Amino acid sequence: MKNLLIVFVLLFSLSAYGAPHGDKLYATHCSACHGIDGKGGVGVPIALPSFLNSVSNEYLKKTIRLGRPGRIMPAFDVLSNAQVSAIVEHVRSWTDKPAPPESSASVKGDSEHGKQLFAKYCVQCHGENGSGGKGTGVTFSRKRDLPIIAPALNNTGFLAAASDVMIRDTIAFGREGTPMTSMLVAGLSENDIDDVVAYVRSLEKSAAELKQNLNQNDEEPPTIVVDSPYDLEETVENLKQAIIDQNFTLIRTDYLEHGLVEEGKENKKQVVLHFCNFGFLFEALAIDPRVGMFLPCRVTVIEKDGKVQLSAVNPKRLSRLFNNHELDAPCDEMYEVYSSLLEDATL
Amino acid sequence: MRTTIKIVLTMVIACLSVPAMASELLMVRTQQSFPEAMLTLQTSIREHGYQVSRVQRIDIGLTGMGYKTDKYRIVFVGKPKEIQYLVDKYPVLAAYMPPQISIFAEHDETVLVTANPNIYADMIDNETDKILFKRWESDIYSVFDDIRNAQD
Repeated sequence: MKNLLIVFVLLFSLSAYGAPHGDKLYATHCSACHGIDGKGGVGVPIALPSFLNSVSNEYLKKTIRLGRPGRIMPAFDVLSNAQVSAIVEHVRSWTDKPAPPESSASVKGDSEHGKQLFAKYCVQCHGENGSGGKGTGVTFSRKRDLPIIAPALNNTGFLAAASDVMIRDTIAFGREGTPMTSMLVAGLSENDIDDVVAYVRSLEKSAAELKQNLNQNDEEPPTIVVDSPYDLEETVENLKQAIIDQNFTLIRTDYLEHGLVEEGKENKKQVVLHFCNFGFLFEALAIDPRVGMFLPCRVTVIEKDGKVQLSAVNPKRLSRLFNNHELDAPCDEMYEVYSSLLEDATL
Repeated sequence: MRTTIKIVLTMVIACLSVPAMASELLMVRTQQSFPEAMLTLQTSIREHGYQVSRVQRIDIGLTGMGYKTDKYRIVFVGKPKEIQYLVDKYPVLAAYMPPQISIFAEHDETVLVTANPNIYADMIDNETDKILFKRWESDIYSVFDDIRNAQD
């Protein structure tokens, strides 16, 4: 027993702390969104030379560590420092230019004037209050002629990762290959640009508030559960009617064990109703194609020990998995739909 | 004693095959086209001892209603005895069973997404049963590795 434990500890140590391979770590944790060669997909194209050549390694490391709360990019806070560095080194291999040095110099400016300039020059892409462009990835929602979605600037992850100098240089020189154009060319003076940097930096308070709001659903229960006063058959019929009444299409009714056991041998006391509102489904996938893994909608009805219970996933709880604040509203809406269906079926 | 050894061995296997970090959402991209990625997925699932209980064709439903979409399917996956055991013992899990993997085309590539099975562990309080989800997690990482490494 003692030997087994020693083996376990040794293997665990090797697994967690062995020399990291940036390419493999990138393939495992980043390529699904950013593309195998960094050319983008669900996430931004980080291999873009104008991006890589203008951001420091520190920026990349902080971005990996902190992510972008509410903007898809998760915080890889459990990666070791060596693993983060290995990923950055791999990403850096896509350019032959050295990483720009990190600068801690602060840029001073008039944030009120910067706000006015932001409204004139930046808000069209970066949104009101720097909330960023809409949509996720190229699959459904992003126009395919756009190589990048304007990042949210009122984001704690961005503001912690980006230095003042980096923000200033990006505004001044733009990013070739993206819709971000040079504001010097657009006619802003260096002082104007400093003012915009001061405004962007002033978004830190609202960014912190937004992050706080994102965490509110963490306490939600994983499922919505309601006891039925009716028997299984009547409950299922009530639920079918409720689904139709709420303008959903009932796709099918089957047993939870369908496809897992021989047909006819399923537990008949475990019934699942699958239903959909295709307009809503389309809208949800347009916001984030990943949500399909909890679709189509379904409610499970189980009879056990003479008690009938209906249950559904709690969309409010699930929304945190996607780290996409644009899903909050549809998830809230789906929560109301599920709650209402379960209530109607058990009245 | 035998149970303890079993637990330790399971943890060892889990540590060897699962990266040292765990995200709640697992994703993988493959350069395989959608039909080939779907075939690789189903083959790997079966090789890992799981069954595909159903494939839901989301795109067919959408296009049937007049919406434009690329290829999109949901694959329901599980081991019958484990699903039966979990649903019977923990009704709170019923709404999540069997687990689902979504698979969709993105240009010439294919993206797969699933919830980390470890999220189900938070819904129960039995430490021994939680190990089951650790194994599922390990298996899904392995399935995704197969997909990532598959060639056309």
